[in-house]
Amino acid sequence: SKKCYKLLHHFFFHRVLLKAMKAAVLIQRWYRQYAARMEVRRRYTWNIFQSMEYADLQDQIKLYNFLGYLMDNFTPSSTERNLISHIFRENEVCRDAEWERYFSYNNITVPDIYSGPRLTFPLDMDQAAHLVEAFKNKQQLHSRYVLQLLLETWKLLRVLPNINRVSTCHSKEITICGDLHGQLEDLLLIFYKNGMPSLEKPYVFNGDYVDRGKDSIEILLILFAFLLVFPGDVYLNRGNHEDHIINLRYGFTKEVLNKYKLHGKRILKLLQKIFSWLPLVTVIDQRVLIVHGGISDTTDLALIARVDRHRYVSALRPPKKKTPSRTNVYADSERYDEMIICKNRRGSLTFPKPFGARESFQRRSLQDFSSTVARTLGEEFEVRRRQAEFSLSSFSKSHRILSSALSSDSEPESSEFTDTGNDEWKQILDLLWSDPMSHDGCIPNEVRGGGCYWGPDVTEGFLNRHNLQLIIRSHECKQDGYEFCHNRKVLTLFSASNYYEVGSNRGAFVRLGPDLVPYFVQYQATSMTRGLSFPQNVKRTEHTALKVLREQLFVHKSDLLSAFQEIDKENTGLICLNDWASAIERVLHLDLPWRVLHPQLVSSTTDGKLDYHGWFRDLALKKPSSEHIEQTMLETLYRHRSTLETIFRIVDTDNSGLITFEDFRQTLKLLSAYLKMEISDEVINELVISTDTNNDGSIDIDEFMEAFRLVDKSRLERGKSLLKPATDTFLSIHTLIELAFGFFFFFFFF
Amino acid sequence: MADKYSADTIITETQKRISNAFDVFDHESNKTVDVREIGTIIRSLGCFPSEADLHDIIAELEEEEPTGFVRYEKFLPTMTKILLERKFRPITEDLLLQAFEVLDQQKKGHLEPEELTKYLTQEGEPFTQEEMDEMLSAAVDPDKNVILYKDFVSMMTFDDTR
Repeated sequence: SKKCYKLLHHFFFHRVLLKAMKAAVLIQRWYRQYAARMEVRRRYTWNIFQSMEYADLQDQIKLYNFLGYLMDNFTPSSTERNLISHIFRENEVCRDAEWERYFSYNNITVPDIYSGPRLTFPLDMDQAAHLVEAFKNKQQLHSRYVLQLLLETWKLLRVLPNINRVSTCHSKEITICGDLHGQLEDLLLIFYKNGMPSLEKPYVFNGDYVDRGKDSIEILLILFAFLLVFPGDVYLNRGNHEDHIINLRYGFTKEVLNKYKLHGKRILKLLQKIFSWLPLVTVIDQRVLIVHGGISDTTDLALIARVDRHRYVSALRPPKKKTPSRTNVYADSERYDEMIICKNRRGSLTFPKPFGARESFQRRSLQDFSSTVARTLGEEFEVRRRQAEFSLSSFSKSHRILSSALSSDSEPESSEFTDTGNDEWKQILDLLWSDPMSHDGCIPNEVRGGGCYWGPDVTEGFLNRHNLQLIIRSHECKQDGYEFCHNRKVLTLFSASNYYEVGSNRGAFVRLGPDLVPYFVQYQATSMTRGLSFPQNVKRTEHTALKVLREQLFVHKSDLLSAFQEIDKENTGLICLNDWASAIERVLHLDLPWRVLHPQLVSSTTDGKLDYHGWFRDLALKKPSSEHIEQTMLETLYRHRSTLETIFRIVDTDNSGLITFEDFRQTLKLLSAYLKMEISDEVINELVISTDTNNDGSIDIDEFMEAFRLVDKSRLERGKSLLKPATDTFLSIHTLIELAFGFFFFFFFF
Repeated sequence: MADKYSADTIITETQKRISNAFDVFDHESNKTVDVREIGTIIRSLGCFPSEADLHDIIAELEEEEPTGFVRYEKFLPTMTKILLERKFRPITEDLLLQAFEVLDQQKKGHLEPEELTKYLTQEGEPFTQEEMDEMLSAAVDPDKNVILYKDFVSMMTFDDTR
């Protein structure tokens, strides 16, 4: 009877299985599994992009600290100028009126052939709309009008408070947008869907207008134009990218200098001032706070209302202090053991009132001083290092000494240095850089290097203290353009779609009416993503992320090889998965799920072990063209190319895009000090030779960085770019190939 | 001796896999995940539980006072057992194909989107509209506007082996 039961059971089971309901369950069960695995791939793809983004950001901050440290230990007794001191200069010696003269546009003539918008001030709505149209048609605004517009903007911003206060009275719905990051297409899409700013359509823009995307200046000009036309209905918050230090690395500086070759420098200088004058937060109906980054457990709106926000030209910069603070947030003293301080540089001055003693050094080159200076400074330096307090704020002490040594003018703002200066700075830093976390508490944000991670309890406390009900912030990319957290009390809003890659995410904006209930609109800027299924989107984004990751692995080859060989003591050339993963974790310092990523990064294993030499060959990226330069050196330079480029741009004080051989040499020495790694003269010479130099003894920065790119060998071999956004045709061919293979596979098995 | 070694290795490897999958969803890096992600994690490890199965597992994993989070220490033993006992075995390609064929009562060789939608959002453990839309975007042939389920199944299975 047992057998009978079994037969019956099997029969019924079989029958039941074939019923539609069971079929449905099966399909659902299967699909959910598939969807889950796609979700994991999407997640780790996201992780890859984010962790690399933050690692890069950390690098920038470390670089800044390094440069600050150089400033800190600059010997005031010698009168040579520091290579990079100019980026720390506040230029507060001049009054605003004098600055207005410097930014004057009146002598800039606009040629007749210029077909772009010709602005007349005061601006009106038609002109603003015309400006949008012009940018849509890829026109560029003439520098005369740029300067004029920026000057007017600066004048307006100077009278605005730190806290914008907006009201939804008269049934006005307020539209709020998050990060745009130079992606003009997204702003145009928002205007298309929602209408342009006007009296009936107030807007709040929550920072990060620039960097990364290629139309940052156009976005700024549009936003400022509308601000001037509708000052009571357009509100701009400052983001952490409204900061010239960050802009040096993330593309905005480069964009402006490329688009405005003659006046770019002045435009950037004016923008520095404008950024520092952007309001810090916006409050709607005294109920909703809009801020770019977030809050911390010490955020106090009353304090924020009182700060002199324009003193913080870069949020990364502490206030000037009489007594150096003992609090040390970022500096890492061990890095700066063997330093070669580069002194004195030649270059054009960017300020209308030259400091007296400096002028006589204008024509001297670095090399006149480097040998003697290095030695004596090195010794002096050792002494100082032992004595010095390594805090960011102490650099300003020597900064003051430096500037008073070089200038007869005294700084007007040298008087009130209090400890509250430090508190103020922290307040602003937290507003612009913080991120929410899901657990209670408030801890420093080490991932980004600035601001805090704040928890739901901090949100609760903050909202209660200030009688608010919601925080709207941006700063973090979200796949659907927006995301709630902290029990729906915190909303993250991100308006740059396809931020990491085409198809990676949607952008969103939100509308708030008098009921303060958010209404969301999501979008994706490119038509390339229409028709792409979710799995196809995931795969494409994943492909880019993995490519970037493979690059990272490749440029750490030497370190990885050492790590592998340390484990593989018998020199078998093989390594097991676990060891592979732990070695990578140790070398790369990227918090990624390596074991989950393993199948994507490793094509084949023998008996569960990886032939690591073969693996490196498979990573197969073509090196830059110098065979004589040692692999490790190339890797290092490639790995730090962003830093290298940033230093170049800092060194290039006249923003010409060219630097001399000598300054190039000194830059590399700076880099070697920063990395604590020897870069010999032979290597430097080799690098110089391998670049196509203009025969006037100068090096084009862009050309140099371009020649230094790694090329994806596999991409070359296949003869097509895998990164190009696919057309619809390409996709169907792709799908067809997959299907064809699928058929083959299917038939092969049956 | 050799047996014990390989058994231990298998357990260690399994647990490493579980740990890695867990980490992908451990956003705060504090060894907890949102309970709503548990299904995804289990599935990502190669299991094919039904929604009902997941409910049971989650009931077992949750604390006496549900916090909305699951700790790694609790998840690990449960998941290890699931993997070692090979619960929730995969659905084979031919079984899946049969299931589609059952739904294709007229034996057309394809399914209309409306048909499939009706079955999957009303029968069994119904899909949400979002799940349905997602599946359709991958399954529907853009030219013919039908689901060629044979191709679909092969394509998806091929995908997995990559």
